[in-house]
Amino acid sequence: MAGPGDLYQSVILDHARNPRNCFVLETPSRVANGYNPLCGDRCTVYVQLDDRRIQQVSFEHEGCAISTASASIMTEAAAGKTPDEALKLLDELHQVLSGGSVPSDCDDASQPFYALAGVREYPMRVKCALLAWKTLQAALNGQQETITTE
Amino acid sequence: MCCALNAAIKPETVSDHPAVFDVKRIRDDFPILRQQIHGKPLAYLDNAASAQKPQAVIDAMDEVMTSYYSNIHRGVHKLSELSTRGHDEARVKVRKFLNAPEEKQVVFVRNATEAINLVARTWGDANLKPGDEVLITHMEHHSNIVPWQMACERSGAHLKVVPVLDNGELDLDAFDSLLSPKTKLVCVVHVSNALGTINPVEDIIQRAHNHGALVLVDGAQSTPHMRIDVQAMDCDFFAFSGHKVYGPSGVGVLYGKREHLEAMPPLFGGGDMILSVSIEKTVYNEIPYKFEAGTPDIIGAIGLGAAIDYLESVGFDNIEAYENELLEYGTAKLADIADVKMIGTAPNKAAILNFVLDCAHPHDIGTILDREGIAVRTGHHCTEPLMKRYNVPATARASMSFYNTKDELDRLADGIRKVIRMFQ
Repeated sequence: MAGPGDLYQSVILDHARNPRNCFVLETPSRVANGYNPLCGDRCTVYVQLDDRRIQQVSFEHEGCAISTASASIMTEAAAGKTPDEALKLLDELHQVLSGGSVPSDCDDASQPFYALAGVREYPMRVKCALLAWKTLQAALNGQQETITTE
Repeated sequence: MCCALNAAIKPETVSDHPAVFDVKRIRDDFPILRQQIHGKPLAYLDNAASAQKPQAVIDAMDEVMTSYYSNIHRGVHKLSELSTRGHDEARVKVRKFLNAPEEKQVVFVRNATEAINLVARTWGDANLKPGDEVLITHMEHHSNIVPWQMACERSGAHLKVVPVLDNGELDLDAFDSLLSPKTKLVCVVHVSNALGTINPVEDIIQRAHNHGALVLVDGAQSTPHMRIDVQAMDCDFFAFSGHKVYGPSGVGVLYGKREHLEAMPPLFGGGDMILSVSIEKTVYNEIPYKFEAGTPDIIGAIGLGAAIDYLESVGFDNIEAYENELLEYGTAKLADIADVKMIGTAPNKAAILNFVLDCAHPHDIGTILDREGIAVRTGHHCTEPLMKRYNVPATARASMSFYNTKDELDRLADGIRKVIRMFQ
């Protein structure tokens, strides 16, 4: 679990250094662009959908360790879920980052998603953690224009 | 009571031009520096964004509000007289600070951004015609880019840009070739907030004047570091912000040559900017009041006056010498770290260290340094075109003041090493 002052823990650093699914999907079902105007982070999220489920999510990205790690964790967390289930994860991330509780039985290794909870100790960095997720939301909603975290 | 404003600098705290610059005594003047951040002593290295306030400024503003505050002008009662005098004295102090010929050439505004926008809206709209050119530089802050884009859109004039060399100096040969009879105005930053470069504004102004163009100098970053003489510089307009010269936020200054200011129409209409109002016709007030509609930032202007008194008491010779020492020390410290890539290496620089690391994004650098009690700024520093020029999305910037210490720069270097260890 992420404690106060423990933003750059091993799970985050691992995903930041070796981001998963960090490539362009050639024929995605959906694609969306995100931008954080405050810090200049940019993100493109590609989604491959079948009838019901998200088969694969990938991303291209220019930004900090937090936004990179969050995007990487997102691609693994969203794969295999329905769009609704993926969007529920975004809601949960919002709640966790605004101080909501983290399940006590989870550990970072099995559920890297909750490693992102450490970001809530850094209010100036919450937008970094949300960028890729909001871009995924835009992709699933079929939004054409670049979304921003503002 | 107003004379207390002049005595706000305590002689026992800062003597006039002390022979030996004593940073410990200087730091005692800044109460905010006495705190810990995340359990570590605060090392405030974000001075180019905004400077901290000495006790003398805090006291002066406190005194207005506790002893003699009232609205200024027109009041016949004692408090109005005292506040008016305090506000007028602040203008005198700004005039001396800039070595402007007359108080009426000092217009109080909110900040340097508003000063530039005022010129763009009034002088710009009255003088720019289709086909004219406004010349800016690639190192301008957004505040000296966007108002001119907007003015060009309104007028049909064209915006031209002086390029920046790799080391952060302006390409003056390119500047010469861009100057032409079409050039109506040159807008140049005196000291770059992102690169630290001190631009040769006297030379630039002379070359521009030779082509009949006026020159606006953005002095937001130069005023905290060096003595300004707008007459020697011969600029047509000069803008700066109070909060960067250790005064409060919310007050800034536009200086202009008298003939320009007098010819410019007012920007805002309202109280104070008029001589007489009838429903049929309003007669505008004289400069500077023509540009100061409504109740100004009275307390802020008096605070700015106190900040100027404080800077004068420390002495710009001392400030420049000590800050250059810090810059040299900090530059060497960061040069010892192989991964640090400096952005902005002009030979003539103010005390700004702007850098990137290959292994870590500036925001991660900033957050990790913050946990060490070190405040730096990260991002594009409102100079997006310049960031593109150097092909970086953002940088980390440590900007120094005369209250910073070499020990703080050691801690900065240690903090950067910690970042590198974490991300490599």
